[in-house]
Amino acid sequence: MSSLQSLDLRRRSATTTPPPGQREAVEVAKLIDVSRCIGCKACQAACLEWNDLREEVGINVGVYDNPHDLTENTWTLMRFTEIDVDGRFEWLIRKDGCMHCDDPGCLKACPAPGAIVQYKNGIVDFISENCIGCGYCVKGCPFNIPRISKKDSKAYKCTLCSDRVAVGQAPACAKVCPTQAISFGTKKDMIAWADKRIADLKERGYKSAGLYDPPGVGGTHVMYVLKHVDRPEIYAGLPKDPKISPLVDLWKGITKPLALAGVGLAALVGFFHYVTHGPNEVQEEDEEAAAKTRRNSAE
Amino acid sequence: MADKTTIFDRYTSGARLNHWINAILMICLALSGMALFHPSLFFLTGLFGGGPTARIVHPWIGVLAMCSFLGLFIRFWRYNLWGKDDSAWMRNIKHVVNNDESKVPEAGKYNAGQKLVFWLMSILTVLLLTSGLAMWDSQFGEYTSIEQKRLAVVVHAASAVLLIIVVITHIYAAIWIRGTIRGMTRGSVTGGWAWRHHRKWLREEVGKTK
Repeated sequence: MSSLQSLDLRRRSATTTPPPGQREAVEVAKLIDVSRCIGCKACQAACLEWNDLREEVGINVGVYDNPHDLTENTWTLMRFTEIDVDGRFEWLIRKDGCMHCDDPGCLKACPAPGAIVQYKNGIVDFISENCIGCGYCVKGCPFNIPRISKKDSKAYKCTLCSDRVAVGQAPACAKVCPTQAISFGTKKDMIAWADKRIADLKERGYKSAGLYDPPGVGGTHVMYVLKHVDRPEIYAGLPKDPKISPLVDLWKGITKPLALAGVGLAALVGFFHYVTHGPNEVQEEDEEAAAKTRRNSAE
Repeated sequence: MADKTTIFDRYTSGARLNHWINAILMICLALSGMALFHPSLFFLTGLFGGGPTARIVHPWIGVLAMCSFLGLFIRFWRYNLWGKDDSAWMRNIKHVVNNDESKVPEAGKYNAGQKLVFWLMSILTVLLLTSGLAMWDSQFGEYTSIEQKRLAVVVHAASAVLLIIVVITHIYAAIWIRGTIRGMTRGSVTGGWAWRHHRKWLREEVGKTK
């Protein structure tokens, strides 16, 4: 889907040799300051608009989340949580979507060459024309983000507006946010900006304010400023220490070379047994013995 | 020698068809499955019309293979029950490998090695079926959690690799033990073959025609 050039790749799914990567790029990041979000869903609307997608008109079940979950059309979703924190009511609103992990589980799990790429700037993108619709990315993702379309069986998720970023624009959601809760820039700048925001929040009494940039996935290119970074799970189940599942590591790690070696070895052992021991051939005396057995039995 | 050669029926035409349908399906499964398992083998999807079609047909071939394997299981399970002689045979397998079967107990319709292949295939097939259904997202995606799917893909990959190794052993044994393949292609074997490799079975067969 993207318009970035192949020169900008850092990783390419199901590819054992390095992708074209001569050019260096600055790492980018989106910073979502949850403390400034008012839950207006302008980002959600802008995402649908820029990517030219339509979401089905849903049903209200008494919560603000609309739609109820990420879908193949809704690549970003405001998740609302009402919670008592230290005896005080708080309304937590988290803009959910792809975190653009530095160590992307979806890309590691993907079996289709070039269906998932990571650009030099850190953006993880699905190249839908190469997608075979197996759903392995769903199993690889530690954040439960990719969704498989019922219409075309392809996987979809936030692209971090890689097409906009390629031409020097900020993602649509960042562009449209009325409170500047979403900012976009180099990862370094975004961390520096987050530090200022966190200092401000701490001054206002939010002692556990901090930056969510989980090291278990190598850091992310979508980061949150949270008032309660010590308890990310209260923000509609944001994982505390996300990692690629050990099962996925096992499956995509040691199993692959071990399996090929095992199969190759089995064939080689057979071949070498044949050239050293030879075929086991029926001898004339075997036939005679069999014929005799039959004669004896007939008598 | 030709006049001395006796012939014994080993497989009915139904059993042979069942076996070869299963063999063809298993080869298709192995090729399409390996294509989605290792990036270096992704080109094998070309045999099935490309990545998406390989992904679509693989589980359906799996369903057909399961039905056909069930047929084989029903046909052969009772000849593959393990006995005391089988354990003794297994302990002395090195003599078999060295082409000397005189030092192991006489085998019935199947020797211990073949029985092991049979049961490994049966167990791995069940594992492949259950894990395969759990990762067949386009049909049953909503019935399993992501964590269960993660377990399923590991079980599926590991059982598939083991099954491929078992199948390689099965095919090699048929090539190595001369006179075996005609049992599955023409349905019959020579008495000499039976005397040499399945003497107990030969005696039983001779007893039947009495």
